[in-house]
Amino acid sequence: MTLQIILNILIAMLWMFLSESYDFLTFFTGYLIGMALLFFLRRFVPDAYYLLRVWKVISLILLFIKELILSTWNIVKLAYVPKLKVQPGIFALPTDLKSNWEITLLANLISLTPGTLSVSVSDDYTTIYIHAMDMPDVEEEINDIKNTFEKAIMEVTR
Amino acid sequence: MRNSLKRVLLLIKIIISLLLLSGTFFVLSGSLGILRFPDIYTRLHAATKAATLGVAGVLLGAFLFLYVENGIISGKLILGIIFILITAPVSGHMISRAAHSKGVELWEHSIRDDLKRDQKQKDGS
Repeated sequence: MTLQIILNILIAMLWMFLSESYDFLTFFTGYLIGMALLFFLRRFVPDAYYLLRVWKVISLILLFIKELILSTWNIVKLAYVPKLKVQPGIFALPTDLKSNWEITLLANLISLTPGTLSVSVSDDYTTIYIHAMDMPDVEEEINDIKNTFEKAIMEVTR
Repeated sequence: MRNSLKRVLLLIKIIISLLLLSGTFFVLSGSLGILRFPDIYTRLHAATKAATLGVAGVLLGAFLFLYVENGIISGKLILGIIFILITAPVSGHMISRAAHSKGVELWEHSIRDDLKRDQKQKDGS
């Protein structure tokens, strides 16, 4: 991945020298051309095409923003209900993620999604304890988090 | 030509106003939630989520306004949004963790507490 980025920057520099104008716009054009070249020559460069990974990062960020808006809407609705009729509680979420970085990301994502707030991580990093605002069905909640966030994070980091 | 430019400017102004208004509305609702919810954990829900999006909306509105009105691209506002997005969940996590390990009780209508159960098991074994 690093090699591909360096190659891409080199192609952009080359483009700057070829067109003999040294400003940002030319660099950007060169970078775009480099992206296309790397895409067509991806069979001869080691590792998978790096923009795929960039795309996955972007889709993770979009997912994050969507969930943030949804969760805010839920909380705002609850704040104006005259009588609070929810069943909060703390449940345990077993996780397959390993490194510190991944678990931090998952805990942060959980905190900003509808109705959930990460409370604690177990010492051996296998379980995240989550406080839920309203939890009629724990299994569904766990599956939801596993299928959307864990999968998205794994796609970015592995 | 001039007319269409005016229209676009008006549209951008409407977007800015919407961003600012919804941002302040979310912050207000978040504060109301902090006041109204029963225990510390549910209050943190209001503090981390609604306030985050509210502040982000206000900052985004200010960014657009500065760009359209004065032609300034303010990187600080974008950085502010990013740092709010990073720090709010972390502080929520730390506060709730500290509260739970200090033994702050959950609301009486709460239906389960896996963390307490697991900790008891650990202490027992």
